[in-house]
Amino acid sequence: MLKRTPLYEEHVSLGAKIVPFAGWEMPLYYKNIISEHEAVRARSGIFDIGHMGVIDVSGKDALPFIQYVATNDASKLNESECQYSILCNEAGGVIDDILVYRLKDFYRLVVNASNTDAVLTHLDQPSKSYADCRVILRTDLSMLSIQGPEAKGSFLSLSGLKRNYCSDWQGILVSRTGYTGEDGFELFSPKDKAVGLWREFISKKMTPCGLGARDTLRIEAGLPLYGHEYNQNISPLEAGYAWAVKFEKEPFIGKAALLKIKENGVPRKLVGLKLDGKNIAREGFPVVSGGKKIGAVTSGSFSPTLKIPVALAYLEAKFAAPGGKVFVEIRGMPHSAVVTSKKLI
Amino acid sequence: MNYPEGLFYSKEHEWAKKDGELAVIGISWHAQDSLGDVVYIELPAVGTELKPMQEFGVVESVKTVSTLYCPISGKVIEVNQELAKHPEAVNEDPYGKGWMIKVKMSRPDDLKDLMNAKDYQASLKA
Repeated sequence: MLKRTPLYEEHVSLGAKIVPFAGWEMPLYYKNIISEHEAVRARSGIFDIGHMGVIDVSGKDALPFIQYVATNDASKLNESECQYSILCNEAGGVIDDILVYRLKDFYRLVVNASNTDAVLTHLDQPSKSYADCRVILRTDLSMLSIQGPEAKGSFLSLSGLKRNYCSDWQGILVSRTGYTGEDGFELFSPKDKAVGLWREFISKKMTPCGLGARDTLRIEAGLPLYGHEYNQNISPLEAGYAWAVKFEKEPFIGKAALLKIKENGVPRKLVGLKLDGKNIAREGFPVVSGGKKIGAVTSGSFSPTLKIPVALAYLEAKFAAPGGKVFVEIRGMPHSAVVTSKKLI
Repeated sequence: MNYPEGLFYSKEHEWAKKDGELAVIGISWHAQDSLGDVVYIELPAVGTELKPMQEFGVVESVKTVSTLYCPISGKVIEVNQELAKHPEAVNEDPYGKGWMIKVKMSRPDDLKDLMNAKDYQASLKA
């Protein structure tokens, strides 16, 4: 049985194309992906991200517990600040990539919808070895995301809010974060307020945006998505997130394996690809150079901003330098592409 | 949803419109809706000989890619050059500006193997 966010009926009444995603019935697009993508780059758009998992960790041992399960250093967080962090397995593979918030009396983790159950399972055992640590899935909250250069116009009282900080806004916790490469805000709305908030933003002519635009926006911004750029056999070091792995803090799950990967040098790196021609490189397509396979595409799309096909791909480290010429095999035919940093725009 | 009468529809979601000895070919409303934003259409060269169920191109959308299958036999005499500049015409007007190729039919009886609008719509529900 697929789950629905409080906004499901709103999506249907706006004519959204609804698709199953990570166990949820979510809007893929309302009008079309490209116009929604462009709205976020040029103005602002609103996304239902009620499928994201919100997990609160409280108790005196919340911080040592988070330090043990996540790779970044949560002791560095100020109150109301959040950081990107990663939950790894002992082999250094990624269980999930998350945001860790330090709130007044507890910590909050925001995890991927597709991984919420896996994360809860992963946290269950370690949490029991701490005397005072409670892990609770917040099923009473539903997240909304408002993104784009004009998003700040809807949050005038938060004009001074720094990136990766959160604050109260009309009784709702709002953080200056997002997954689009634009300025934006993410709201932790009580479930019963989500419809009212959504309608208010829609009535102000904000563009409703679906998962399709969410994906093309994050690809252009070079932001990894679990199941594509990350899985349990990929380390955050390969994805270019060494900055979110703090070896100097206390021990954490995966530390030994990650140290070894770091010392040996990463075998492959996540890069961006800009393709010549018009065919789109899709997930799994081989990347070749000199007739040999040197990597594979993890996400590919038409870039509505650049108007060319773009992709994210893991390449053998020696081929990962920007400017390199490679080929993507599309239905058996090589198509030339230029290697770029994963941030494509 | 929009399935004009008078067109011939294939199981692969192409349509053919008879125009004398010619047939105009494109993809159905259902096909373009399933694909979403079309961004590129690869079409055959003029002069290509096609048979029923032969691949004649691909449609790339933002989310996915789909192969085009010719519903009839014949020779391509024209391809829609406008689609190179305006691939979105396939979404906006799949039976008009979104047409893809014109074929000189070598076996007009092929049309009898295709579905009318009513049967095609019924097949979508099945």
